[in-house]
Amino acid sequence: MPSSQGLILEAGRGEKHYWRDLWKYRELFYFLAWRDVVIRYKQTVVGVLWALLRPLLTTVVLTVTFSKIARIAAPAGTPYAMIVLAGMLPWTLFSGAFSGGSSSLVGNANLISKVYFPRLILPASAVIVGFVEFLISLLMLALLMAYYGIAPSARLLTLPLFTLVAVAAAAGPSIWIGALNVRYRDFTQIVPFLLLLGAYLSPVAYTTDHVFANDHLPAAWKFLYALNPMVGVIDGFRWAILGGAFPIRWPTFLLSLAVIALLLVGGIAYFRRTEKTFADVI
Amino acid sequence: MADPVISVENLGKKYLLSHRSQGGEGLRHALERSLTAPARWLASRLRGAAAAPATETEEFWALRDVSFSVEPGEVVGIIGRNGAGKSTLLKILSRITEPTLGRVRIRGRVASLLEVGTGFHPELTGRENIFLNGAILGMTRAEIRAKFDEIVAFSEVERFLDTPVKRYSSGMYIRLAFSVAAHLEPEILVIDEVLAVGDAQFQKKCLGKMGEVSAKQGRTVLFVSHNMGAVAALCTKAVVLRQGQVAYPCGPTAGAIEHYLANLGASALIPLRDRTDREGRGDLRLVGFSLHDPEGNPLSHLVSGQPVQFRIHYETAPGKTSGRITGTFSLYAQGRHVSTLSSELTGNEFTGIPPRGTLRCTVNRLPLAEGNYLANLMIRRNGEIEDWIREGVDLKVENGDFFGTGRSVPPTHGGTLIEQEWTIGAD
Repeated sequence: MPSSQGLILEAGRGEKHYWRDLWKYRELFYFLAWRDVVIRYKQTVVGVLWALLRPLLTTVVLTVTFSKIARIAAPAGTPYAMIVLAGMLPWTLFSGAFSGGSSSLVGNANLISKVYFPRLILPASAVIVGFVEFLISLLMLALLMAYYGIAPSARLLTLPLFTLVAVAAAAGPSIWIGALNVRYRDFTQIVPFLLLLGAYLSPVAYTTDHVFANDHLPAAWKFLYALNPMVGVIDGFRWAILGGAFPIRWPTFLLSLAVIALLLVGGIAYFRRTEKTFADVI
Repeated sequence: MADPVISVENLGKKYLLSHRSQGGEGLRHALERSLTAPARWLASRLRGAAAAPATETEEFWALRDVSFSVEPGEVVGIIGRNGAGKSTLLKILSRITEPTLGRVRIRGRVASLLEVGTGFHPELTGRENIFLNGAILGMTRAEIRAKFDEIVAFSEVERFLDTPVKRYSSGMYIRLAFSVAAHLEPEILVIDEVLAVGDAQFQKKCLGKMGEVSAKQGRTVLFVSHNMGAVAALCTKAVVLRQGQVAYPCGPTAGAIEHYLANLGASALIPLRDRTDREGRGDLRLVGFSLHDPEGNPLSHLVSGQPVQFRIHYETAPGKTSGRITGTFSLYAQGRHVSTLSSELTGNEFTGIPPRGTLRCTVNRLPLAEGNYLANLMIRRNGEIEDWIREGVDLKVENGDFFGTGRSVPPTHGGTLIEQEWTIGAD
């Protein structure tokens, strides 16, 4: 909100206090995130249980298809369901946050054309919704670990760090594509498709070892594969949850971090450049 | 004089309208366009966004060279017809969109109310929506909590506070939405046509609340409305916009309203000379229709509750000036016959007819509600129809203060306004 010494509105005037403004609007951010979480489970019978049921059912199906039907081998001693769940958790976080974030501006067109607030709040709160669901689905992890008798190790303490990386991985594309979507609704079509492909191109139902230890794949393909930021994130999760049999490949992980940072910085830059015209074109 | 809280200097806002050079809106064209869309998109990217070959862009200035300033505590009305730039101006002041030219300087916290219930979510309960909507309008959680009871009491929906608003009647929905907005406490409040909704009772309550807010708390208010009754009652000053420009600089409300009303229509005389769809003997011909005030000054349009003189212009064929003539016009709204004004009914039959003249009908307080009316015109001589034009003129009645209460009557309350007096007594 404008300070008492006055606010000047004119063409091309960048918000001098953009980030401070964003902070001032944190309550709106909170309410929008809260709204999206609450309405998701309104008028449902099992409510928040869906946040547990979805990863559970997906894990069962993926485990059966990949381990029982396709007979993909896993490192000895680790239940395949755990491998899948450790990949599913960050992937669900990413896909939920990304699909929500990329449609958040168009979905709130009415707000954008009627009220001022730093627009970055919209994709940000949508990403937070994905994060909240992720927190709930962690309960699934606890249950499955107990079921398989896997003792949590000290490595598990690094999980918040990898979660942060996953949130950042979702935030960049959400902000970028969210802004692009305002002008080009083509992205409404592209995003679900990208997510479908992404689920196969990320080591969700298999491990990165299946790719990197595969001698039939050319090195260039492996490099392309590693450009997918979710590769590093999922590797991190597996290592934190399941440990030694799933070491982090540092070059891949650092490459993921670099791609995530690039998407985030590029996304914010594009967003801020186009933000002022949102109300005119949405 | 204190420094202005809002100063607008040479403000301009340009939009680019794109026209498809090959016309046609049919499905085939739409399909064609969508098939070629990727190629065109690529082409426009390569050449830079402005040079897309299949579309022509046209500049449109929604606002041009608009300047005015507002002192603290003033309630300023912004008047103008649809498309005059009022909403664009409010959007710039509310920071929703950026100006193309010029600048605005604002001192103080602005809250804008461009719509009632922005961000209301149908699945959320009334209670939840109060918090959400409050936050959207710029209130902090603490502020909302402090005012919560007041908001609920004002809205009169206490019983349904924990019901999702999708189950509310539209009246309840609007009352709740407006109640949140009415409890905003910014230094500057920017309001678009939001009073047009809601029932009359609640409208009055809101007008009262707004009046109270500006008078007692010295708040600056910018108020857009088509309702001249409300503008006159609330605003201390007004500015008239026409086609994006200031037509009447920010000044006394009465002058601005007069200017706006006087310039609503293009010309005062509605010509009928060239109409061919006429019936009757034709010794007298209807040649025009005009509106005047009781002093005879031309009016361009009608306002509920205002005095008006209708004039039916006629000409006689040479030598046909004898006999008794009467004039009649019947008003229709949406195909419904609203009323007939006729000198036959009032017993006025005129003799000694001027060869060219006007039959004048004066109505002291126009009892028609806001809306569009069509009039059939007829002139008779010695009881015989000389000339008759069906749907001869199109009349627009503007919202006005018929009852002298500062409130207008919504068009949904019927087309005819009846002077009335109410009392209450014990049995």
